[in-house]
Amino acid sequence: MKRFRAFLNKEFLHIFRDVRTMMILFLIPVFQVLIFGYVIKNEVKDAKVAVLDFSGDAMTAALVSKLDAANDIEIVKTFSSYDQIEASFRANEIKAAIVFENNFAEKFNSKKTVDLQIILDASDPNLANLLNSYISAIANNYAQDKNIGAAKINVSVEPRMLYNENLSSAYMFVPGTMALILMVITALMSSISIVKEKEMGTMEILLVSPLKPIQIIFGKLAPYAILSIINAVSIIIIGNLIFGVPVLGSPLLLLFVSFVFILMALSLGLLVSNIANSQQVAMFISMFGLLLPTMLLSGFIFPIKNMPLALQYFSYIIPAKYFLTALKSIMLKGLGISYIWKEVTILILMTIAFIGISIKKFKIRLDS
Amino acid sequence: MNNSIEIYNLKKSFNTVKALDNLMLTVEQGGFYGLIGPDGAGKTTLMRIITALLLPDSGSIMVGGLNPVKDYKELRLKLGYMPGRFSLYQDLTVEENLSFFAKVFDTSIEENYHLIAPVYSQIEPFKNRRAGKLSGGMKQKLALSCALIHKPEILILDEPTTGVDAVSRRDFWEMLSQIRENGITILVSTPYMEEAVLCDKISLMFDGKIINSGTPTEITSKFKEKIFILKTLHLREILKIARQMPELKSVNSFGQNLHLVVRDNLVEITEIESFIKKSCDYDFKIEPYQAGIEDCFIDYLESVENV
Amino acid sequence: MSEDNIIEVENLVKKFGNFTANDNLTFTVKKSEIFGFLGANGAGKTTAIKILCGILFPTSGNVIVAGFDIYKERNIIKQNIGYMSQGFSLYEDLTVKENIEFYAGIYGVKRKEIKIRLDELVDKLQIHDLKNKFVKDLPLGWKQKIAFSVAIFHKPKIVFLDEPTSGVDPITRRQFWDLIYEAVESGITVFVTTHYMDEAEYCDRISIMVDGKIDAMGTPTELKTMYKAKNMDEVFVKLARKQTEEIK
Repeated sequence: MKRFRAFLNKEFLHIFRDVRTMMILFLIPVFQVLIFGYVIKNEVKDAKVAVLDFSGDAMTAALVSKLDAANDIEIVKTFSSYDQIEASFRANEIKAAIVFENNFAEKFNSKKTVDLQIILDASDPNLANLLNSYISAIANNYAQDKNIGAAKINVSVEPRMLYNENLSSAYMFVPGTMALILMVITALMSSISIVKEKEMGTMEILLVSPLKPIQIIFGKLAPYAILSIINAVSIIIIGNLIFGVPVLGSPLLLLFVSFVFILMALSLGLLVSNIANSQQVAMFISMFGLLLPTMLLSGFIFPIKNMPLALQYFSYIIPAKYFLTALKSIMLKGLGISYIWKEVTILILMTIAFIGISIKKFKIRLDS
Repeated sequence: MNNSIEIYNLKKSFNTVKALDNLMLTVEQGGFYGLIGPDGAGKTTLMRIITALLLPDSGSIMVGGLNPVKDYKELRLKLGYMPGRFSLYQDLTVEENLSFFAKVFDTSIEENYHLIAPVYSQIEPFKNRRAGKLSGGMKQKLALSCALIHKPEILILDEPTTGVDAVSRRDFWEMLSQIRENGITILVSTPYMEEAVLCDKISLMFDGKIINSGTPTEITSKFKEKIFILKTLHLREILKIARQMPELKSVNSFGQNLHLVVRDNLVEITEIESFIKKSCDYDFKIEPYQAGIEDCFIDYLESVENV
Repeated sequence: MSEDNIIEVENLVKKFGNFTANDNLTFTVKKSEIFGFLGANGAGKTTAIKILCGILFPTSGNVIVAGFDIYKERNIIKQNIGYMSQGFSLYEDLTVKENIEFYAGIYGVKRKEIKIRLDELVDKLQIHDLKNKFVKDLPLGWKQKIAFSVAIFHKPKIVFLDEPTSGVDPITRRQFWDLIYEAVESGITVFVTTHYMDEAEYCDRISIMVDGKIDAMGTPTELKTMYKAKNMDEVFVKLARKQTEEIK
């Protein structure tokens, strides 16, 4: 244990002494969240929205003006038929359309549930989702203000273009960035730090010392696990405080799932360090083998359902896909472990497999 | 058994290259043993097999009574190893490096300070300096301290003096003699032929084989040919002339002098003198000489080349 | 610049931050001599060589190499020098012939000329069966000899050799020096560093650097007389001891 502590101590010294490592560990995650967040926020400003009002009463008029007054929404068109909406979407004039059913005010005042339909351009899931939540929120607020017993506005959502029917990538940038950053820090940095010892020749001395391979492995990985947890927490906090990305579910569960993903990424980093003999090779494998798939095939940037079938199948072996699904369920839907146990189990199994291979393959000698 | 290292018929190949070819080696307990040979002779491969970093293809090997192939875990506690490259953490300070290696072996700097004192005391004033900022000689001393800090039974040093200036090299060998006073067995390799005379036994290595072993005097006394030393200020000119003489097996420059090896004891000093004087009138002086280790090595290389 | 000198260094200073690597160096190297540039590790040899080769600017001082000013004419200087170090010499994944053609090419040697000189070199070194082998498959001794031949292939005025014989077997080491003598006879100036003290004896003149300064300079005979030493090894030891005593 004393040996292991000495090893850990050394690893932390390496990390804290290297300005570049520190930057990658602490500044880049923050910047990345801020950049993603602001890019998405800016797009929401003054989204163009059309109205199709089958009712045309005072209530719908009040709602429309409330919507129009909202910061990020601009009512640009008023239509009289669905066809016009369709055409307008195709001409890319609007991002969403709101449809009021007929006799809106009358039904509402008679304490019934009234339907408000939002038709969204789902090709831009982030924006579509934001619009959805804005409009719903405004409508629900309005209903609550009126405070007429059981009367409710039932908001139904109808996405168009059928890219992403359930708008699953709501606030995707926080879970997505988290997956990406945890991957960078854990897999990339840990593999580089192991390979560096090979390059410097210090691995030779460690191998000749009484340190067990498992101590070397865990000593290398533990600092990055700890730092990654800190990173995960700060990303969630930044997302929540600055961009209002909610954490509806259990924060503990969220931490647990993040930790499982970190372990998985570390075991991947370990695998990379087994293959690579130079820092460049480790970097190359991590970039193209780990980071790009995480970014492109996990559903972070491109919805999986839009991908060609082959890539859809391929996405099943991308760990970040499961992580994103789990994160989304916890953060945005407030679901518990019973809904995401499958994803968590898959991640754990992947981790065990990768670590198993790595420990087995870890070279206690210089060849063979 | 009072041998620290026993190697019998050791073979190791990398693809088609024979790195070690039926190698035999015995190092006595407490011995100070030098492996001498140029780059590519197989010194590093041999040391890596001894330290259990490589597996031999065949042959038997015992280090400290243990088999490096099977008992590498126990062996590691007994071994101190300094690889060819100075393997230190450049971003850690002198003291941090040393204390890391101490803790890895479950000991502390204080506990074994007496052991490393002759070496470490010289760099201790710089203990808060990063290892990357040390000069070559200081790095070497730190690396030696790190290899010694756990009081190993056997110390393996792979070319510790390569690329180090002549004075630091001399200091280093003196430090090694001091260390062996503590009863530590030392196996050290070097490409510098003459510096291993401080060892009590040496082996000359070339092409994966040990070509000559024994105490330094045993080795040099095996040199059976007559050898003379020629002193002159016109080294290059006389070298060319002397090489024309068929009775001389080899003529080589050794610093400011030439060493002349006579073929089958055919000629004496006077005959060589008159041969050279025929072609030039430079001043020179020829005297009898006792062959050194480098003479022996050259003699072997030349005999191989002529086969 | 005197006719006889090929390198003239006057008050050369090179600082890295507050560390002085070269502290007011002044020396000259004569045409067609073997100049031994000795010194302990970290004494500042490599820095000085880099400046002389035009790949590092001095902090101050005048440096003339092959008649050209290091500040203004370093591109011309590069055309006139050859360089070989123990670390990097030849591309391992190219054959001997390809290496030679590449280096000759970047120094602007004409194709016809390359062919002629290549044939000469192959004959001289007796490497008919080696020339189409990959460098990585050659023994170290051959690599070093060929690297040297490559460094002087474009017939430079000066060749800089940084520890060219490190780790080489004793016969190859001497063969290497035969090549150096031959180069000097053809008029090339050789500027060499080494840790083998016997090789120091082979130089025409020697400078010994300690801690960024030149501590001693002269022919081996002069230095041995001055320090009452039997050989260069002793000179070197006495110099270094003197230095440590002064510090104490």
